Amino acid sequence: MIAFIIRRVGQSVAVMLAVGFIAFALFSYIGDPLASMVGQDTSAVEREQLRHQLGLDDPFVVQFGRFLGRAAQGNFGISYQYARPVQQLLAERLPATLELALVASLLALCIGMPMGVYTGLHRDTWISRIVMAVSLIGVSLPTFLTGILLIWIFAVVLGWLPSFGRGDVVHLGWWSTGLLTISGIKALILPAITLALFQMTLIMRLVRSEMLEVLRTDYIKFARARGLPNRSVNFGHALKNTLVPVITIIGLQLGQVIAFSVITETVFQWPGMGFLIVQAIGFADVPVMSCYLMLVSAFFVAINLIVDLLYYAVDPRLRLDRAAAGHGH
Amino acid sequence: MPKALLEVEDLKVEFPTRRGVLTAVDGLSLSIDEGEVLGVVGESGAGKSLTGSAIIGLLEPPGRIAGGEIRFDGRRIDNLPPEEMRRIRGKQIGAIFQDPLTSLNPLYTIGRQLTETIRVHLDLDAGAARGRALALLREVGIPGAEQRIDHYPHQFSGGTRQRVVIALALAANPRLVIADEPTTALDVSIQAQIIALLKRLCREHGTAVMLVTHDMGVIAETAHRVAVMYAGRIVEMGTLRAVVQSPKHPYTAGLMGAIPAIGGQRDRLAQIEGAMPRVGSVPPGCAFHPRCAQAFDRCRGERPELMSAGASRAACWLYAERGAPAAG
Amino acid sequence: MVTESERLAAALPAIARKGALRRALDSDLFYSFRRSPVTVASAVVTVVLIASALLCGWIAPHNPFDLASLNILDSQNPPAWTSGGSWDYPLGTDDQGRDVLSAVLYGMRVSIMVGFAAVLLALAAGVSLGLLAGFAGGWVDTMIMRICDVLLSFPAILIALLIDGIARSLLPHDRQDEIAFYVVVLAVTVLPAVQFARTVRGSTLVERNREYVQAARVIGVHPVAIALRHVLPNVAGPVLVIATINLAVAIINEATLSFLGVGLPLTQPSLGTLIRVGQAYLFSGEWWMILFPSLALAGLALAVNLLGDWLRDALNPKLR
Repeated sequence: MIAFIIRRVGQSVAVMLAVGFIAFALFSYIGDPLASMVGQDTSAVEREQLRHQLGLDDPFVVQFGRFLGRAAQGNFGISYQYARPVQQLLAERLPATLELALVASLLALCIGMPMGVYTGLHRDTWISRIVMAVSLIGVSLPTFLTGILLIWIFAVVLGWLPSFGRGDVVHLGWWSTGLLTISGIKALILPAITLALFQMTLIMRLVRSEMLEVLRTDYIKFARARGLPNRSVNFGHALKNTLVPVITIIGLQLGQVIAFSVITETVFQWPGMGFLIVQAIGFADVPVMSCYLMLVSAFFVAINLIVDLLYYAVDPRLRLDRAAAGHGH
Repeated sequence: MPKALLEVEDLKVEFPTRRGVLTAVDGLSLSIDEGEVLGVVGESGAGKSLTGSAIIGLLEPPGRIAGGEIRFDGRRIDNLPPEEMRRIRGKQIGAIFQDPLTSLNPLYTIGRQLTETIRVHLDLDAGAARGRALALLREVGIPGAEQRIDHYPHQFSGGTRQRVVIALALAANPRLVIADEPTTALDVSIQAQIIALLKRLCREHGTAVMLVTHDMGVIAETAHRVAVMYAGRIVEMGTLRAVVQSPKHPYTAGLMGAIPAIGGQRDRLAQIEGAMPRVGSVPPGCAFHPRCAQAFDRCRGERPELMSAGASRAACWLYAERGAPAAG
Repeated sequence: MVTESERLAAALPAIARKGALRRALDSDLFYSFRRSPVTVASAVVTVVLIASALLCGWIAPHNPFDLASLNILDSQNPPAWTSGGSWDYPLGTDDQGRDVLSAVLYGMRVSIMVGFAAVLLALAAGVSLGLLAGFAGGWVDTMIMRICDVLLSFPAILIALLIDGIARSLLPHDRQDEIAFYVVVLAVTVLPAVQFARTVRGSTLVERNREYVQAARVIGVHPVAIALRHVLPNVAGPVLVIATINLAVAIINEATLSFLGVGLPLTQPSLGTLIRVGQAYLFSGEWWMILFPSLALAGLALAVNLLGDWLRDALNPKLR
């Protein structure tokens, strides 16, 4: 068990190093670190001097090490576009993205899972068929289209909800939250639904198909043959066995939320990290890009690691039987 | 005359497919008395497992019972509403399936699975249920029951797992158990143990057994009566002794002839030419006639029902001259 | 007197006469296709959309990119059936005076071209990599698979954004528009390629251990020949399913990139670009600029997805 953890953590570190390398390459060789520091009329000689001063002609390994060191402290330099430290920019935007992502994920889980269980247990009712059809549409449509559709219906035609921005926010220390104001909550609704929709349908279809597979197994048949009531069979046995692989896949899907938040934030002009990175790419703002890359990669690597460990913990077949080994049967 | 515990009359099991309706069990009738072991033997695909599933009401859709009646203790059970049938399962009729590895839920301890079943059928609290579970485990011969009751299925070997399955099936003391190939997935050395266990328990509890298998050796160890199935029908039925020692139906004779005997000397094992027809391509008349050396005209056109043939009954026109077809 | 062999010989041509087309129409696959009205409808829609997109040069009423033909006075006209519109511009015009119907048709062509190009490229790259990994084994295999695993744990959009971003940083600003098409195709190709590589590698491993392949190797058949003649046909099914689903995904990802402003530019707009432009006018009430490209995109994506779904269920042996 310990060996397993060490191995997985080792893998994660290796991946992060690789990502760091890419980010560093981006930063140094593609972007021009001097671009944000000098004006147009700085002479070539002065640029050379500046380069030497900043250690930009040091050996590669040294520069990489320095980059990693700074990265670990969260220092990614100055944004080309905003001329402010990248760290600051991201810190401002992080709460917006996190709030949106959390609310959307909760929504997706709370609706997706029960729907999945229902359509798995009652697969031939007309409700199930309708839900499956709608879910297929939800999976097929690009996120930005659903966002625009929602904007059109609720903001343009009905005028009930705002179509952009975050509403009024309350600052609690370093964090800013929109959950404590009416306008903040109203502004959160449409983006959250848009972001949740894809995930919701995915979760629902996943839970359903897992449920259907489990219901076909021998142990379910044996459970029925023993006369266990439907509720025990469906929820006590089938559901529990369904959740094991589903939990891990849902964990992996959390990553999708980050991806789709980029799109959703752009549609709704939500001032989060996603909106920032899109603008940064359009502007070729390399410091922001490389920082975002490291951050997001770290997030994914962490999620993958947690999911692997979780799977290990939940499925007893994967655990070493320490008890029996201890008593020496 | 005491009425039989289980009576199956003219059972038909069908599968509607896009190529038409396939009849997997075609007009099958049998009966099992209280405490009796009926061996149902036949090749894979003969319809034995489906018969068992139909009796306990667990036919998987699109399969369905298309005709006939199943009566348990005089009461018709094939048309019961699902909730009533559920009450019968486990308490009156139990089942054991082939693969012990997949028969147990891997995420629960066997203790949990046992106590759950016990508490559904008997009104016991958690402590009493656990006590009974322990007693059951001891009864099926699992050493160290106190520790092992909290183990997970994957921590048991194949044979022990099947013992657990048997314990689960007998937990509520059913009067009939349908055992579907209970030893096929086990090592030969373990098979004998499991069969002996099953035999002993059923004798002690007075449980009737419908033992479905393709292994004639297992039947010979345990059954009182034997029913031979072929292509969805029963072709011979009689006491163990009668069927094994003097088989009447040419198919049964072929089966017995194909079994090597210790002490005998033969150059080649007898083989039946051809293969059993698949569902959907059963020939008209007697299903066995294309492979039968003794077939004549009547066999090709008319389907024989079970009729009296010496001490047993056989579905074969060879015996038509010797008396009227058996009534009922 | 007719012998057994003569009778057999007479029967053979009749069997052969039931040609490949008959056999295809008789197959389980086509049966399941015919039986599902939704699938047939999706296939029809897909064919219609693709055909109209490819033929846009002939059927579009105007060429929206011929700047000389644009009349700024005609800009922002509503569709023909509303007041203020005319049948010259059946679906209205945008802010530059471009006919929306033509723009949608041309845009659809671009979107479809990107989608197909990406899938074909991904197929070529992914299948080759998969075969290589499967046959070479050892550290080559491990390395390729590790990279694939890592890439697969990231969402497609992020990888596409990353590649797009890198390309933009590398290229001088004025050349970006020309190359945008190729950049976008590349960006959208990476993840499908990885999926193909994995699937093909898995099948290669399975087939490699089969006896007939080992026999072929003993005889001295070249591994490439083995790959092409034995492994590929066995992989065709799953690969086809992945290809169809990825076509829809590629189209959507490209549309997303364009919508975000980092995909295809206004000089060569795809449906995503058109939607981005149209969104700005949504609030001023000029709904047609965004509606029609959206419908086209949604229709295309949905139809291809449904086809992929059906194909997956039809080819899945477990569900038969």
